[in-house]
Parts: sequence; structure tokens; C-alpha cells
Amino acid sequence: MAISSVSVQEHYNYHIIKKFVVMSLIWGLLGMFTGVYIGFELAWPALNMDIAEITFGRLRPVHTTLVIFGFGGSALFATSYYVVQRTCQVRLYSDVMANLTFWGWQAAVALSAIGYMNGYTQSREYAEMVWPVDILIAVVWIIYFLVYVLTVRRRTQPHIYVANWFYIAFILATAILHIFNNIEVPVSLFSLKSYSLHAGVQDAMTQWWYGHNAVGFFLTAAFLGMMYYFVPKQAGRPVYSYRLSIIHFWALIFLYMWVGAHHLHWTALPDWTSTLAATFSILLLLPSWGGMINGIMTLSGAWEKLQTDPVIRFLIVALSFYGMATFEGPLMSLKSVNALSHYTDWTIGHVHSGALGWVAMISIGSFYHLIPRLWETKLWSTRLVFTHFWLATIGIVLYISSMWVAGIGQALMLRGFDEYGNLAYTFVETIEFLFKPYVARGIGGVFFLSGMVLMAINTFMTVRQGYRDRALLDAKLVAKLARA
Amino acid sequence: MKHETIETNAGWLIVLTLIVISVAGLVEILPLYFIDDTVEKVEVGGIETVRPYTPLELAGRDIYQREGCYLCHSQMIRPFRDEKLRYGHYSLAAESKYDHPFQWGSKRTGPDLARVGGKYSNEWHAQHLTNPRSVVKESIMPNYPWLAKTDLDYSDIADKMRALRHVGVPYSLSKQEFDNNVRRFGKDVAQQLEISSAEDNLIAQAEAKNYDGNRDNLSELDALVAYLQVLGTMVDFSKFDDGYFSKFR
Repeated sequence: MAISSVSVQEHYNYHIIKKFVVMSLIWGLLGMFTGVYIGFELAWPALNMDIAEITFGRLRPVHTTLVIFGFGGSALFATSYYVVQRTCQVRLYSDVMANLTFWGWQAAVALSAIGYMNGYTQSREYAEMVWPVDILIAVVWIIYFLVYVLTVRRRTQPHIYVANWFYIAFILATAILHIFNNIEVPVSLFSLKSYSLHAGVQDAMTQWWYGHNAVGFFLTAAFLGMMYYFVPKQAGRPVYSYRLSIIHFWALIFLYMWVGAHHLHWTALPDWTSTLAATFSILLLLPSWGGMINGIMTLSGAWEKLQTDPVIRFLIVALSFYGMATFEGPLMSLKSVNALSHYTDWTIGHVHSGALGWVAMISIGSFYHLIPRLWETKLWSTRLVFTHFWLATIGIVLYISSMWVAGIGQALMLRGFDEYGNLAYTFVETIEFLFKPYVARGIGGVFFLSGMVLMAINTFMTVRQGYRDRALLDAKLVAKLARA
Repeated sequence: MKHETIETNAGWLIVLTLIVISVAGLVEILPLYFIDDTVEKVEVGGIETVRPYTPLELAGRDIYQREGCYLCHSQMIRPFRDEKLRYGHYSLAAESKYDHPFQWGSKRTGPDLARVGGKYSNEWHAQHLTNPRSVVKESIMPNYPWLAKTDLDYSDIADKMRALRHVGVPYSLSKQEFDNNVRRFGKDVAQQLEISSAEDNLIAQAEAKNYDGNRDNLSELDALVAYLQVLGTMVDFSKFDDGYFSKFR
């Protein structure tokens, strides 16, 4: 037993995966704490405390960067390096290159967050990084691409497993999006300030082409890659339909690229562009649900595992939220619905049903599968995983329902008229209305965050247990050898 | 070709993926640079009224970005009745044609600012930015007390204009560019766009208008209020026929 597991550790590069898992959890805790804090800042502005570094405007990109790129990004590096090694049955192409992606990526996340707090930003949503960090990310990404593809090329299996298609599409698309959205001219070589090449309407289009595909490729395609490995593995069953995975893969990556302009309905963007985006957004429902169905149906015949296995619960509930969010998305991309929802908290709620419900839940489930295998032990506490599951689920439901109330309520107030045809409410009256939903949202965030704290404790204890098991085994082995 | 070929060949997988994800950008984004009607022509008497920012306004805009104002305030009014009553005429593409990057925003935690220029006095803005709840009791905006206390660093203002000139904003370096600006925007504006006199222009505007109500210093508040006060003021809609702008949409 000990001999064979040691050889797994040596056959594959697990060390790099462990590092990314740990950093993902750390960024997740920091990023979600920041999210909870700025959520409460909107309810009680005194929390801004007149300190520039922690005002809402500066912390909001800290929150989004830490959770998307810190937590989500590190989770993707970790799982993609695991999946590519396991499915190709071969060690990563280069340990040094993989290490470069680790340190480069962590540096990019840390520098971005510190930069925003000190006012260094490009002011492009989800692409706020200043130009030197943009260059760092581009370099890391090229190395990542090389490590990944060269590992795939060394595979001992003839077929490239479906999870890898999604990871490869994510790596390619992210490279294109990052580069074209960040073409900028620095003020000088020693200034962090830069101006984007594009302006006004073209810039808005480029930014939301990037912005929505950060969702489409970074937060969806890649996490589908995760799903295609960890759901069948944890369920102990093959993927429901191989044919469906082929169709929804190509449809998904083709359609996603068109839909960014639905963030710009009714703006100065030409109508033809936003109509095109709305059309493709509706079409996108099909491949999205194709993926969801393929994932959930993989469990068919093993439904009873939902009762006993909390990891399966995380994975399947993640897919359910994915299905819900990808239904809500096309709905919100209809021009008439968007007229109401745009600029309001409904959008924030929608993002979080995807980000917490889908991205975080599928990552958490995958991590609970991964962590005991990486450190070669059992999870320290399965009961704690159940508790985590309920804290997370209650948190998400509180979050998104309070944002529905906030967004739809405020939008209806803003478009209300009195009997004389005057506006029924001033803007600030709608702000007063938002207080209660904002508090409820914050509480939802606290629920979700406390689940993450439990996960961190569980991980820490599991890792410690792993080292103890290992030491015990080694001691036994030494004793045995001594006797012999 | 069978799908099996793609599944067993990383090269095919990469090339086909690249092709499939590139189509949308080529069809949807590229034409925006070539279709003339995308950005409206706004000329009164042969003079373009939408102009690049003056040095002081530009410095203010950089502070607006630094503080992340765009995360709570949009600058894009949509063509709806309630928005017209609340904020004014819907925003034109032309009004952000010199915005690198654009500041349309995506969320209105506070009201839209596309036409906030001239709506409130400088004193109101200075007071509101320093302590929003002293003028709007229910506001949830953070206080920005450091703006009034921090001297504006304008040492790199000419560099900033030079960088913007590289991306196509008509700030002038040569006599020829200056003359061209005189023809396009008129003499007064052309002088503001001259890079060699950037610092002088910046100081002169701050002293003339005294945006922050404090004569002793040239603060970040001066610059930010100067920027806010110019937002949405460059197009005089009374000078255009009702149907003029709708034909561009």
C-alpha cells in the first residue's frame, strides 16, 4: 500500500497541485471576506471609515480579483494540472514551468489587490490590473499553455479526454481576450498609469466582449472541464453521453463569444450589435443546459449517493445552480427585461448565483474529492462537509433572493410615475428601500464565508492527519526493515 | 473528418478551437471601427463641440478612475422616459469618443453622472464629495475627505496627454496639429489641447474657477469637480433637429 501510493506521488507532480489548492483556499477566504465587508459598506457607509484604501470603490476590484483570479484561477490551475496528468497518465511536462505559473499567478493576484487599494487601476471591470501586471499575466499564461499542451502531447492514451478540451479552450480564449482587451499605452516607463487603445463605444464593446467571456471561458468552460472529471469520478460512473459532450462543447465555445454586448443594451452601442448579442444569448441556453444535463444525468442509477455523499451533493447542486443561472442569463439578455434589470442589483444577484452556486460549489466539491487523494488520507470530518454544504446553500439562497428583491424593487420604483406623469420616487428614496435587502445579502455572505472557514479548518486537519499517517507508515516500515 | 481525428490530435483541437472562438469578434467588433454611423457627428457651425478634456479635467478624470467611481455611477443614459426626466437626453456615442477607457459603468448604486455637469454648484460638489451625508442625508456614498487636503500632482500631465495623443486623442504637439485643432474646435479649445502649455493651462483653469472653494491650494478636489462639471455639457441638444440623432441608432 505504502509503496504504490508513494509511486503515485512520484509518478505525477502532486506538489504543484497542493500549492494551488492551498492558495485557492486562502484567496477564497480573503476575497469572500472582502465581499462581505463591502456588502455591508453599502448598508452602513460608516464602514468606509474615511480610509481611502478600504472605500467601496477601491475594495470592489479587490473582491472580484481575489475571488475570480485568486480563488477561481488557482482552483483551475490545481484541477487542470491534476486532470491533465490523470487523464493522460503522464507527469506534467516541466516542473520548473509549472512552478513559474504558480509564483507568477500568485504575484499577479497579490500585486493587483495591493495596487487597487492604493489607487492603481485601469478602471476596466475585471481587467483592472495595471499594465506591468497585464504583461506578467500574459507571460504566465503562455507558460501555462505550453505546460498543458506539451503534457497532452506526451499522453499515453490515444484520446484526449473531454475535460481537457474545455481546459484547452479556456486557456486559448483567455489569452485572446486578455491581450485584445488590454492594449494600452503607458504614460511613461515608470508610471503605472496607462490609457486604453480603444475609446468610447468600441472600447465598451471590447471590454464587455472580454467581460462576458471572463464568465464564459474562465468561469464556465474551465469549470465544465472540472465537472467532466470530478463528477464521473466521485459518482463512479461514466459520463452520461459522449455525443452530447461533443455537441455542447463546440456550440458553447462558438456562441459565448457573441453575447458580451448584452451588457450594453440601450446604450450608445449600435442596435444591430446588441440585437445580435441578445439572439446569441438565447441560443446559448441550449449548450449550457446540454452540459448541465450531461453532468446531472451522469449520476443516474446512483441517485442514492446524494443522501450519503456530501461531495456529490456539492457537485450536483453546483450543476443545478449552473442550470438556473444559465436560464436567468438569457432571460436578462432580452432587451425588455434588461431595460428593467440593467444597472440594478438583479445583475449582482445573477452573477453570484453563478459565482457562488456554480463556480464555488463545483470547486468546493472537487477540492473535497481532491484533498484526501493529494495528501493520501481520509477527510478529517465528513460531518463538517455536510455542515459546509448547508451553510453554503442557505447563504446563496439568501444572497440571490435579497438581490432579486433589491434589483426588481428598485427598478420598478425608478420607472414609476405619479398621476400627473412626474417621477414617483427620487433616486435617494430607492436607496432607503435597499437597506433591508442589503443587510440580508450581507448575512447570506456571512453564511457562505463561514462555510469556507469550516472548509479551511477541515483541510488543515486533513493535511495534518496526512502527514501523521505518513510518519506512522514510515516508522512501521523502518521497524520492519530493522527486524528483517 | 471524423470527430475522432480531433479527439486524438491536439493540433487539430487547438486550431479548430481558435477558429470557432474568433468568428464572433470579427463579425461583431471589427465593423464598429469602420461603420461611420457608429459615432454621431456633432458639429455646430462647422465646429466640433465634443472636445478632448482640458488638462485639469483630465487630471480629475484620472482621480475618478483611481477612486473607482465607475463601479457605482454609470455615465450612460438610456432612451427611456424615466431616465430622460431624471438625467436628461440619452447619451450619444460621440460624447465618450475621447474616453480612454470608456466610463459607461454597469451598476447604479448611485445615480447616473453622464449629464451631472452644471446641475449642481461647485460648492455643492465640494461639500458632497467631502461628506455626502451633509447634503444628502440618506446617501450611502463614502466620504472623500482626502481630496480637498491632497495637492494635485500634475507633474506628469504632459506625459499623460502625450500618451493619449498616441491612442488618437487630438492633443497637439506641432504647429500643424494646433492649426488643425483651431479649425476643428475653435481657438480657445485648441489652446487647451496644446501639450506644451499643459501645466500653465491646468493652473490657470483651477485658479479661474476655484472649484474647491479654497484659494490656498490646487487640490485633487479642484480637478475632480472640474471633471464632473464638464460631463454631458458638450452637446447642446437645442441646436439639433429632433430626428437628427435617432438616425444614427
